[in-house]
Amino acid sequence: MKKLLVFTKKEFYHIFRDKKTLLILFGMPIFQILIFGFAITNEINNANISIYDKSKDYQSQKLINKILSTNYFTLHSYLNSDSEIEDAFETGKVKQVIIIEPDFAEKLNKEGEANIHLVSDATDPNTGTTLINYTSSIIRIFANELNKGVIPDFVIENEIEMRYNKSLKGVYLFVPGLITVILMLVSAMMTSISLTREKEYGSMEILLASPMKPAIVIISKVIPYLLIAYTDALLILLMGKFIFGVPIVGSLPLLLAECALFVMLALSLGIFISTKAKTQQVALMVSLVGLMLPTILLSGFIFPVENMPIPLQVVASINPSRWFIIIVKDIMLKGAGLDILWQETLILLGFTLGFILLSIKNFKVRLS
Amino acid sequence: MKNNYVIEAENLTKKFGDFTAVDSISFNVNVGEIFGFLGANGAGKTTAMKMLTGLLSPTSGKATVAGFDVFTQSESIKKRIGYMSQKFSLYEDLTLYENIRFFAGIYGLNNKQIKEKANELIGRFGLEDLRNTLVGELPLGWKQKIAFSIAVIHSPDIVFLDEPTGGVDPITRRQFWEMIYETAHSGVTVFVTTHYMDEAEYCDRISMMVDGRIEALDSPAGLKKRYETDNMDEVFLKIARAK
Repeated sequence: MKKLLVFTKKEFYHIFRDKKTLLILFGMPIFQILIFGFAITNEINNANISIYDKSKDYQSQKLINKILSTNYFTLHSYLNSDSEIEDAFETGKVKQVIIIEPDFAEKLNKEGEANIHLVSDATDPNTGTTLINYTSSIIRIFANELNKGVIPDFVIENEIEMRYNKSLKGVYLFVPGLITVILMLVSAMMTSISLTREKEYGSMEILLASPMKPAIVIISKVIPYLLIAYTDALLILLMGKFIFGVPIVGSLPLLLAECALFVMLALSLGIFISTKAKTQQVALMVSLVGLMLPTILLSGFIFPVENMPIPLQVVASINPSRWFIIIVKDIMLKGAGLDILWQETLILLGFTLGFILLSIKNFKVRLS
Repeated sequence: MKNNYVIEAENLTKKFGDFTAVDSISFNVNVGEIFGFLGANGAGKTTAMKMLTGLLSPTSGKATVAGFDVFTQSESIKKRIGYMSQKFSLYEDLTLYENIRFFAGIYGLNNKQIKEKANELIGRFGLEDLRNTLVGELPLGWKQKIAFSIAVIHSPDIVFLDEPTGGVDPITRRQFWEMIYETAHSGVTVFVTTHYMDEAEYCDRISMMVDGRIEALDSPAGLKKRYETDNMDEVFLKIARAK
């Protein structure tokens, strides 16, 4: 036990004396959540739009007021001719142009029908689509208000409810994803690198020739990363809650327990990598390509797994991160409990045991 | 130990697949002896040493170290030996004192012992000023000498040195060997591998390894007499050529 403490202390010296390691361990999580939370976002706020009102009557003005009263849009300019539409887009500032046809109010009153032309800058397809959706829904509300008091013949109204994330905030999705990425990075990558470092420098030999048992060597090397990974997870949860208002609907103890399970899984993966890799470079490359990329791309963090072609879905299923993201998302946003998430939890447990067994097997082979 | 031998090896063999790295070697090492293991790179010196230190398990043969069997009692052996390799001496991002405390700690010394030993070691080298300096800032020669002192900090029966003086200047090598003598005088057996032939002269007995086998085992004077030459380089060349 005392040997373990001596060893763990030494490991902390290594970590706290290396600025680069520190930056990865603590700077990265903070940096990433700020980037994902503030900069990379699917939401649209204050998008610049131009309006070409060919009608200029009381109805068109009412509609324009309604559109501009939301905080989705900021009026960039009023246009006065067709040629100005192209010019407006070419400045690069205008994301959408709303064209209202002539005699808008008259047509509405007489024919009960009028047209609005929405032109969106689709160089960024997501933004373009989102803007069109926002505008369309405002126009639909406007039309409904006009219909008040009149009984239309047939109307089917969609009532849309965005459950668990009413305002469709991107950060709700990024927090569970980021916890996964950071835990994977800190636990698996940093552990595999620090273990291979001992091998590469030749100190592992000295340690194994000492009375320290190999298992103790590994456990005491891993403990600091376990603590740091856990601190990072808490950091992300706290930042998510207090800076971005991401709620934790479900049970906090369950969430923390699942995080602990995933940290164990990632650590055992890191140990497994280190039994295979001969140098830190190899460990780094394997961790980055083999762990980080799937964690970001094949986990449902950024791209939904359901939309992937079947072979990729299969690959995604053997990616532990995929299951962990589901767990975190469901606990945080939906308040799910173990009664719903037991399957995912069992999968994570299975992976953990598997990697531990593989590591033990490989470590022994290396010694004999 | 009934017969004064701290290391006994009999037909010790290590095979990696088809390749026989150490081919049935037999030798005994006396208490307090400086026993040299010589040979070219790849002759099997390091593999032999790894079997004796419990890092590798032998394929066949018999061996005891400090009275313990290398097959079944490697954990007990590890408590009784010190080990130092050329490849790694000390953690560069730890201070001198932290290094001492760490290695003493993993050999199970208690805090009081660690403090005593550390002060003694630092005092012996006159390094009081550098106690809290990162080891990375010390010259290689110093690191090797300190690493040796740390390898014997827990008063082992035997200390294994794997090419301890590689890359070190001649003066430091000389000083290093003085430390080895001192240690041997205090009753610690020294088992050292090297490919510097001049260092072979410092050993009480040496064994020459060629292709995994011990081709000759005697005192330096005895070997020179047998091969009718006055320096160890010649001895080594003659043995290697005869092969």
